[in-house]
Amino acid sequence: MNLRQAIITLICGVLFGFGLAVSTMISPEVILSFLTGRDFGLLLVMGGGVFITLLAYQFVPHWMKRPVFAESFRVRESVLNRNTVVGSALFGVGWGMCGVCPGPAIAGLGAGNWMLGYALLGMIIGAYVQGRTAKLAAIQ
Amino acid sequence: MNNFFPNGWLHYLIGGLLIGSSVALLFIFNGWIAGMSTVFSSTWSYFSSLPYFKQERFISSRAWRLILAAGLIIGALIWMLMFNHGIPVHTVVPWWRLFIGGLLVGYGTRLANGCTSGHGICGLGSLQLPSLVAVITFIATAVATALIFRMVMA
Repeated sequence: MNLRQAIITLICGVLFGFGLAVSTMISPEVILSFLTGRDFGLLLVMGGGVFITLLAYQFVPHWMKRPVFAESFRVRESVLNRNTVVGSALFGVGWGMCGVCPGPAIAGLGAGNWMLGYALLGMIIGAYVQGRTAKLAAIQ
Repeated sequence: MNNFFPNGWLHYLIGGLLIGSSVALLFIFNGWIAGMSTVFSSTWSYFSSLPYFKQERFISSRAWRLILAAGLIIGALIWMLMFNHGIPVHTVVPWWRLFIGGLLVGYGTRLANGCTSGHGICGLGSLQLPSLVAVITFIATAVATALIFRMVMA
């Protein structure tokens, strides 16, 4: 990573965190209101995010041979297996319990929502346990 | 409309478009995919010698993922100072729900290799069927869990 890439990354992070704050996703109460059917705002956040991302991922590689500051465009390759489903199911149980997912857990600290530190600490430990117990044969 | 959006709808849409723009810019300039949950595993690669964390995909991205995370904090700070009169956001969700929920979020997102941004925004944005399955699964279990908690706590 060179300096130009680092600066762009920081700017993107600021935009992302600002967007999470504007859309009140850093309030667990708002997430829990969505999950209990009282406020459908989260669908607009997801929809707006997916819309712009879809345009960029689908069209930009046709317009540009390579990214501005890099050699090639990365491709997200999701796999569908037992881990995808079991992991997502467990993530959902946790999300429904605390109302915080990884982005807001990090961004929330910037907006002084210190309580989200408990969620962030849990995520850091949970990610370690996952890596610790992962079957090496299943990697790659 | 008001029944679906009791707190208004415009700020949700603006926030979503900003998040999408952030993901798009990172792709256009650096060619990178901006899922958030990977930062937990990639940062562990600095401290742990476990083979799982020493994978190339974590080590090669760990520095920029930390910078992205730092940006998230700065972005929310700017919002609080400029648009919320410097007033911190407050939550009444009890600490044990945040902590235990966080454990499951950390474990589950890393096992599934994606969260709301990774599978939700980047995965759906790249038309990945596995991500659609992941999103439907985590929203379903999250709705069930949140409803159960609301009934028990009420």
